[in-house]
Amino acid sequence: MAKSGKTSDTPTPAASAAPADDAPLRALQEAYQAAPLFAASDDQLLRFYEQMVMIRRFEERAGQLYGLGLIGGFCHLYIGQEAVAVGLQSALVPAKDSVITGYRDHGHMLAYGIDPKVIMAELTGRAAGISHGKGGSMHMFSTEHKFYGGHGIVGAQVSLGTGLAFAHKYRGDGGVCVAYFGDGAANQGQVYESFNMAALWKLPIIYVIENNQYAMGTAVKRSSAETHFYRRGTAFRIPGMYVDGMDVLAVRQAAEQALEFVRAGNGPVLMELNTYRYRGHSMSDPAKYRSREEVQEKRDHHDPIDHAKAELLARGLSEEKVKDIDKRIRAIVSESADFAENTPEPALDELYTDVLVESY
Amino acid sequence: MSVELKMPALSPTMEEGKLARWLVNVGDVVKSGDILAEIETDKATMEFEAVDEGTIASIAVPAGTEGVKVGTVIAMIDDGSEAAPKAKSAAAPAPAPATTVAAPEKPAPAAKPVEAPLPAGTNMKMSTVREALRDAMAEEMRRDSRVFVMGEEVAEYHGAYKVTQGLLEEFGPQRVIDTPITEYGFAGIGTGAAMGGLRPVIEFMTFNFAMQAIDHIINSAAKTNYMSGGQMRCPIVFRGPNGAAHRVGAQHSQNYASWYAQVPGLVVIAPYDAADAKGLLKSAIRSEDPVVFLENELIYGRSFEAPELDDHVVPIGKARVMREGRDVTIVSYSIGVGLALEAAEVLAAEGIEAEVLDLRTLRPLDTEAVLTSLAKTNRLVVAEEGWPTCSIASEIVALCMEQGFDDLDAPVLRVCNEDVPLPYAANLEKVALIDAGRIVAAVKKVCHR
Repeated sequence: MAKSGKTSDTPTPAASAAPADDAPLRALQEAYQAAPLFAASDDQLLRFYEQMVMIRRFEERAGQLYGLGLIGGFCHLYIGQEAVAVGLQSALVPAKDSVITGYRDHGHMLAYGIDPKVIMAELTGRAAGISHGKGGSMHMFSTEHKFYGGHGIVGAQVSLGTGLAFAHKYRGDGGVCVAYFGDGAANQGQVYESFNMAALWKLPIIYVIENNQYAMGTAVKRSSAETHFYRRGTAFRIPGMYVDGMDVLAVRQAAEQALEFVRAGNGPVLMELNTYRYRGHSMSDPAKYRSREEVQEKRDHHDPIDHAKAELLARGLSEEKVKDIDKRIRAIVSESADFAENTPEPALDELYTDVLVESY
Repeated sequence: MSVELKMPALSPTMEEGKLARWLVNVGDVVKSGDILAEIETDKATMEFEAVDEGTIASIAVPAGTEGVKVGTVIAMIDDGSEAAPKAKSAAAPAPAPATTVAAPEKPAPAAKPVEAPLPAGTNMKMSTVREALRDAMAEEMRRDSRVFVMGEEVAEYHGAYKVTQGLLEEFGPQRVIDTPITEYGFAGIGTGAAMGGLRPVIEFMTFNFAMQAIDHIINSAAKTNYMSGGQMRCPIVFRGPNGAAHRVGAQHSQNYASWYAQVPGLVVIAPYDAADAKGLLKSAIRSEDPVVFLENELIYGRSFEAPELDDHVVPIGKARVMREGRDVTIVSYSIGVGLALEAAEVLAAEGIEAEVLDLRTLRPLDTEAVLTSLAKTNRLVVAEEGWPTCSIASEIVALCMEQGFDDLDAPVLRVCNEDVPLPYAANLEKVALIDAGRIVAAVKKVCHR
């Protein structure tokens, strides 16, 4: 120190390392907080609204069809979380960026504008379904849209998504992968194995934790020592962002910033989207782990669709126009439900197809 | 007095090595811990240290000498004492008492391939299985830029068993990728990369560690094509050594063939010799399906004749008659094939002509080849280096019962490892593992001899 000529109050490297070193981990969040809302055009906002309403009405209808026995097995509804998929995916470049998620996947497919008929027909297990009826609610894919599913093992999509990001980087195609997972999956070991390699290799991936507050029936505070999920990447030097997942403009804004960071070759970003699932974990849910009042409070005061609608009305859109949109979407969903109910089941010889690609 | 420095055994399976380089000259004074020489085996390069002080009196084996047998005197060291000369064992970092050394890697019993013949005039050259596997990967990487190799120690270390030697130098770190020790994670990354259009070759240091990753192999790689109605391809190869090595204990010695062979959506391959190792690995890398490719550490160093062809590809799903015979069929795969051929030699001397069938691919199984051979010999024994319960052997027995019953003149017998976790003690390990003697005994039983 004496030789360097520095004064004695110069911080030692050891003392200064921590804050200076951590600054990059906070920089994204700070930039986001400085401008937390996306400046959507009226058309963009209208489009977000339509997509969110489409997901809501579709999921409500899926719930009804489940009750009628037309949909079987597991069925996880996205109601309440619509702003997350819509806000994020609207920021992606079609046919370039890739998306992967877990089993609560209907909303992500609809956010791509995929025909609700083939999604609903998959839920009812019909040949016209997007997986020919062989996947069901949890296993839907659209390679055309670079949507890679639809995975039923909690946390698996995080490693798989990291592999998709690896492929983007390997090919140098400029694409970014968005890998969604829940607050429950965030406790899986492979998530951190993936974080480590993604940061080590600077892979182009945005990890999106959809924190809907419950892993099945276990509240985050009962399952997680660190409930601030955006900090979970810190040990791997992955910057975190904490985002209001009930506001589509906030989600879109955060997505823009995260994408800019990742596309610049800086490696992964971890976003925590604070959201809420109104319905049960799946259709068979005891609804005993939270109060009705808690759910009602979210519905009444934090609903992403109501929020977007209020914004549209404030911008001068008429109530009548909004009603027209709602009516049109209801009709599309009804049509998809009718289609899904009436279109035939797969032919029996489909049982043996698609096991292997090649013949040996 | 002069003390002999002998070629050390630097691993439990080492028989011989190359004296790559001397780091001392005659007349140099050395002390304990000084590095005297570098010794290379087919698996690794190791440093040979002095254990005592002294002066290098002579060097008996010059640098660059290949195939120096363990125990050969390679140098003399004068320790300055006056006592009568005595032999002194050289430094050996890995404890390798004589009893633990494996049976020598004898030349593999000659195969008599009856498969589609190689092109006329094909040259044959000797190749180890290790070289064959490396060449297969290198050739496919040259052919297709989507192919990459990922795993623990595959790049800078050249592979824990040296199978990926030289790949980093040729293809660079973008395509030969060292991972952290994180099987679940990198198996998932590989699977995702395959879904994203690449052709990953994922090396497990051994398949024992793949149990950490089996969720991705089965739930992600094997099932997604079906679940997606054929939309989601997953062209990936999971490869690495499988089955027992020598003295590595229960957690490093399991044969997983039947685990993977049970799963629809996977292709499972377990080659025996160098030609198949190369030809089948090339087919596996080209396949549109996920492949589990089971190698065997004890065969890596064995040399076999292999065809010198620009593009030697062996079809998946086809078994191979390794030796023709009329009296009995011995069905096996991987290391068991060598034991079956050894048993067949013994049996031939006693007047029993055994046909040896190498399954090569375990899923989809070449049932036709098994049934054809059974129809010819009417007696069948399955030899498998693995546990008997719910094994590949069990599957072959079921196949013979269900589809070959009328051809059977005797019950089908299984010759497998003992139904216990593999013990460490040399004597216990020996009795736990399948050997040629047990195959001979089973054959005699089904032949009523």
